[in-house]
Amino acid sequence: MDRYLLIVSTVCFLAAVVHTIVELRAGLFRPIRFNFFAIGLGFIFQTAFLSVRGHALGRCPLTNLFEVFVFLAWSVALMYMLVGPPYRLSLMGAFTAPLVVLLQGFALVAPIDIRHPVKAPANPWLEFHASISIVAYGAFALACIAGVMYLIQERQLKTHQLHSIFYHLPPLTHLFATITRLLWWGFALYTLGIVSGFFTGHPLPRVQVVAAIGVWLLYATILQGRHLRWFAPRRVATLCIIGFSVALALLWGIEFTAEMSPLP
Amino acid sequence: MNLFCLGLSHHTADVATREQFTGSATTESILRQTGCAEALLLTTCNRVEVYAVSQKRVSTDEIARCLTRRIDIDPHDYAPPFYRYEAEKCVQHLFRVASGLDSMVVGESEIFGQSKKAYESARTSGAVGPYLHRLFQRAFRVAKQVRTHTDIARGAVSVGSVAIDLAQRIFGKLSECKVLVLGAGETSERTARALISRGVRDLRVANRSIERAGELAQAVGGRAVLFDEWATQCREIDILITATASETPLLTPGELAPMLRERLDRPLFIIDIAVPRDVDPGVNEMEGVYLYDIDSIRSVAEQSLALRRQQIAAAEAIIAEHVADFVDSISRGLNRPSQAAEHSPLGENPLRASEL
Repeated sequence: MDRYLLIVSTVCFLAAVVHTIVELRAGLFRPIRFNFFAIGLGFIFQTAFLSVRGHALGRCPLTNLFEVFVFLAWSVALMYMLVGPPYRLSLMGAFTAPLVVLLQGFALVAPIDIRHPVKAPANPWLEFHASISIVAYGAFALACIAGVMYLIQERQLKTHQLHSIFYHLPPLTHLFATITRLLWWGFALYTLGIVSGFFTGHPLPRVQVVAAIGVWLLYATILQGRHLRWFAPRRVATLCIIGFSVALALLWGIEFTAEMSPLP
Repeated sequence: MNLFCLGLSHHTADVATREQFTGSATTESILRQTGCAEALLLTTCNRVEVYAVSQKRVSTDEIARCLTRRIDIDPHDYAPPFYRYEAEKCVQHLFRVASGLDSMVVGESEIFGQSKKAYESARTSGAVGPYLHRLFQRAFRVAKQVRTHTDIARGAVSVGSVAIDLAQRIFGKLSECKVLVLGAGETSERTARALISRGVRDLRVANRSIERAGELAQAVGGRAVLFDEWATQCREIDILITATASETPLLTPGELAPMLRERLDRPLFIIDIAVPRDVDPGVNEMEGVYLYDIDSIRSVAEQSLALRRQQIAAAEAIIAEHVADFVDSISRGLNRPSQAAEHSPLGENPLRASEL
């Protein structure tokens, strides 16, 4: 039953992707109505799925790789809702939907929804640690999307080749402000996630701790470089893309090792 | 009732021909001389057109005679290249005109205002009855829909507007931008005025003659700075417009590099409209600097025009839908709301009461 909710949610996001492609090809892209409602509806179904799954498990639905991917997709959609109207109503929505479709599509298709036997009652600290870390990943994902948009816009301005997409992206300075804001949100949430991990009362696997601190250091370097102006805006945008790719790969690794040796 | 339109436009007649038929006629004189039930005269620099409704067929010569400025010209002998559209074709033509599809610069919005003005003038004089009232109200709605649902009006197509459009694409609101205009010639003044009209509040003018800089600064509401100081201003400005008569580049990458280090993260947008160029092209390679010279601005304008032309098919589709619906509603009677107005496939509001 809960998987149907996820399928409907994926279809909503897919509708936003298809709509954007069709409209962009026809040169008629108007993001205000359709994309916002499609993503909003998809978000409601995502939330419903997580709620149903959470009730069934009696804990936060982050017990296997499938649920982690769905929770990550939900976090991306959540950040999109919170990021602010100028970006939400621009092509950012159109760039967000494919990422969510990819994450949820993979979760639905891959055989990763394996139920582990519950060994102990839910640990609130562990759940908080896991969920807040994934929400932080949502912010990093959106920073990555904004980085892609920044590089597209910047490239067109530099080469003087302005395509239709140019007129649908937010101004360059606004995009950079969004990247910075999302990086700070993500970093603050991730820090909270890491710190809360030490209160779970269980020894965390060394590889997970090292990977988590590695991601934290990566984003700390980007933010410090941005603050001290070591990195130009274009470099920051590029690092956001690299950073999220690395973070996603490490998340996979963390979840993989967690599934090999699950915590109680 | 016969609904028709006839006229001359930049497509069919040169300006010398058009001016023979512009300025003498009024809607009242057309009504009086031709016996039309309703008439509306639309005159712009690119067209002179009459939209009319009559019980009996009114010949093109009769209308042309009303429009001609010189009584010694017999339009019958002169045979000016008037086009004439009847019924459905007339409706389609007006919708295309109001939407800017028939304009010299495709998608320009000036024609919309001119059509509205012509309609208001004819309505005030009582020359517009229920047919033309409904036709023009629908034309205005179609034009708005075309502009909203297509990219027909996207992108700037003149040098000044391209510069402003690009600045807005980089900075968003221009009200927080600091602008330096280098050179106080006519082009500088035009661009400065355009920037002020878009909200720029901090505009500085530098010129070899400080008096001329002062005059321009006063005229546009900016402030004059010494020419020797212009380079140091680059540390804090966001937009630089250069249009001097210098024979050699005034700004090179070597000169700009130390200033960029002192700037915050904000990009620097340089519009070099001088020939020969004031800014070394190598400056565009620098991080955070966007340099546009006169050729690249023209290239952007041409790209915008090409983009607009790509939108014609989409705009025509919207127009065709409205033409069919309008003709249908007219054939069913003026007082019955149309199906498209009740269930608009394009998500528009129902037909306004004023149309009925």
